Amino acid sequence: MGEKVLMKGNEAMAEAAIMAGCHHYFGYPITPQTEVAAYMSKRLPKIDGGVFLQAESEIAAINMVIGVASTGKRVMTSSSSPGISLKSEGISYLAGCDLPALIVNVQRGGPGLGGIQPSQSDYFQATRGSGHGDYHMIVLAPASVQEMVNLTFKGFDLADKYRMTSMILADGTMGQMMEPVSLELGEVKNYDKSWALTGTKLERKPNIVNSLFLKPDELEVFNFNRFDRYKTIEENEVMYEEYKMEDAEICIVAFGVAARVSQNAIDAARAKGIKVGMIRPITLWPFPKKPLLAAADKVKAFVSVELNMGQMKEDIELATRCKKPVLLANRTGGMIPTVENILAKIDEADKI
Amino acid sequence: MNKQILIAGFGGQGILFSGKFLAYEGLIDNKEVSWLPSYGPEMRGGTANCSIILSDTKIGSPIVDNPDILIAMNAPSLDKYENAVTAGGEIYIDSSLIEKKVNRNDVNAYYIPATKLASDNGLSGLANIIMIGLMIKKSGIVPCENIEKAMKKVVSAKRPELFELNIRAIELGYNYEEA
Amino acid sequence: MVVFEKPKALTDAPLHYCPGCTHGIIHRLVAEAIDELGIQGRTIGVAPVGCSVFAYNYFDVDMVQAAHGRAPAVATGVKRSDPNNIVFTYQGDGDLAAIGTAETVHSAARGENITVIFVNNAIYGMTGGQMAPTTLPGQVTQTSPYGRDVEKVGYPVKVCEMLSQIDGAYYLERVAVNNVKNVKKAKAAIKKAFRNQIDGKGFSLVEVISTCPTNWGKSPVDALAWVDEKMIPYYPLGVYKDKDGATNE
Repeated sequence: MGEKVLMKGNEAMAEAAIMAGCHHYFGYPITPQTEVAAYMSKRLPKIDGGVFLQAESEIAAINMVIGVASTGKRVMTSSSSPGISLKSEGISYLAGCDLPALIVNVQRGGPGLGGIQPSQSDYFQATRGSGHGDYHMIVLAPASVQEMVNLTFKGFDLADKYRMTSMILADGTMGQMMEPVSLELGEVKNYDKSWALTGTKLERKPNIVNSLFLKPDELEVFNFNRFDRYKTIEENEVMYEEYKMEDAEICIVAFGVAARVSQNAIDAARAKGIKVGMIRPITLWPFPKKPLLAAADKVKAFVSVELNMGQMKEDIELATRCKKPVLLANRTGGMIPTVENILAKIDEADKI
Repeated sequence: MNKQILIAGFGGQGILFSGKFLAYEGLIDNKEVSWLPSYGPEMRGGTANCSIILSDTKIGSPIVDNPDILIAMNAPSLDKYENAVTAGGEIYIDSSLIEKKVNRNDVNAYYIPATKLASDNGLSGLANIIMIGLMIKKSGIVPCENIEKAMKKVVSAKRPELFELNIRAIELGYNYEEA
Repeated sequence: MVVFEKPKALTDAPLHYCPGCTHGIIHRLVAEAIDELGIQGRTIGVAPVGCSVFAYNYFDVDMVQAAHGRAPAVATGVKRSDPNNIVFTYQGDGDLAAIGTAETVHSAARGENITVIFVNNAIYGMTGGQMAPTTLPGQVTQTSPYGRDVEKVGYPVKVCEMLSQIDGAYYLERVAVNNVKNVKKAKAAIKKAFRNQIDGKGFSLVEVISTCPTNWGKSPVDALAWVDEKMIPYYPLGVYKDKDGATNE
């Protein structure tokens, strides 16, 4: 293990992307993720073939991403909530064209221009696709700077493996905080990209990257095939972490910074004699349905801790088939649930 | 050991820098560390604060709501966070910028005219580091032998002269005796 | 003896364009330029949304189909991924001059080393003949049934004139394909726009005044005449910018 260095989440993520072989970045400034663009603007021009470009809009940036992705190279963009709304057109096209790319959303409070403080209110947007049409993204939710690094590296790998978009769904806390990180990430795996636009060199038939299928039966086949692939992902790529679940009677479900605060609340509740544990989804899509369903037979209640109005709570209810009540400990608008907020819900759950 | 530290003051006082130095002190001392700044428009000349946690075990929330150690670099910060400090905790006050005294009896308050000391000693802008020096001495949360190593991590290699100035500032705080 | 051949850079797919539409001519001119410059194996095209959305079926080169208006941004990504490749967009007036204005202007401002073929027929063809950013004052369309009223909906956008003010643009020329003489000039302009890219000169755009007999409600022959009578007077042909030296008189 190499020496750990202190890095900001946004910068560590950018460096991890470069180490994953992503030498093309397109972005547009927006708080609280601008450090990613600033870091890339310093690093990429020093890399042979590296391209950093500040686009005229989020829309242009995501379409530049489509351009590079269609040539088979690793590429990313990053933004924050309002910017992701603008990018969502392009995200839908990435899905429709089966192109791999990494998109980072360092979320801020919404709707509208909202605020700039941490939020998780783009959960629905991320896990339900974000743009129009039948599709998913792989959604990764880091809860530490080290995970910002590891999941960025992993996100590129999954994107290439399944020819789809990976999204890092972080929040202002993860982007702005510094923690010690190791940047030893292993080898970059290469995948077949014979579909890429590289010029035919008059040696093969043209490759076409396209999402238009005017014949409905053709489009349906593409959508069915895509969802077959999604099924494989749901089987094989779910990531989550359990914390003190062995004897838990109450199960907290939280991701990102909410999981970090929940850890403190769990320790405090256990000091009072309440047996609380946590299932922390690392992939929000695919959602860890199986461990949650299994937990539903053991615990008496779930507490969803979120920085939004309870978007993930719906997925917990679906995953557990409403076998046990799901309470909500939430703050919104850029506020972060406090240990006290969570303890109050744990007490409520304990009375069930 | 789990120490929660909050450094608060105006933007431009080096709040984040001093927090980063402390975080490196912890890292070199094999502690788990986290550093979380306030961010946004208020950073441009308004209030700034920085949460640092040094711990022997995995850190949960990186947000410091109830600091064990508060370093207050201006009066609004003391007003805002004084009552949040844990009982038995420590409050460090730049007495050249804050006239009032701490109202609580259950915390240890240390007063140091850091901004004045800085300008008297040709260390303008390093009041923050002078305060950190005093805090390291009084709290003992990090061993003093790693100071130079940690400072090397945070001072730009392109500005070696700043390294010496920062070390002098640390020593000034470390050796300060309250009147 | 072969006297007439299909360019190699066109596939065998039958074009879907309406009778009398000049997209077919423009496709051919682009393909001829690609053939003559010997760049078919390293050319990548970007198709727009609009009548020419199926361009990816007709050009025998690697193609990507972009969202409405975004072709220059997609082309930017493709070009910057491998600057040795020759990248062109093929866009209509709604795509380039309405929904994609920002992408057009800023790819020109960056001096992006791409070739843009801009087909201006003053109407939205694919959706059935609505008012375009280039629809002429007084022109009747499905969404300007009383004629384009400039007092209410404003004036047409003159793309070459607008882009000529942008420092990053290298070469801008407006041509037409409504008679043999004009077709020859158009061919030369398109070829120059590709050669500029090969030479690394930067953003080159050729605006081709085209026809839409179907949505103009005219016969193919009348449509060609209407280009001379109405379109060219409003959109004068010529070179609007050429950093090589020549300019419009």
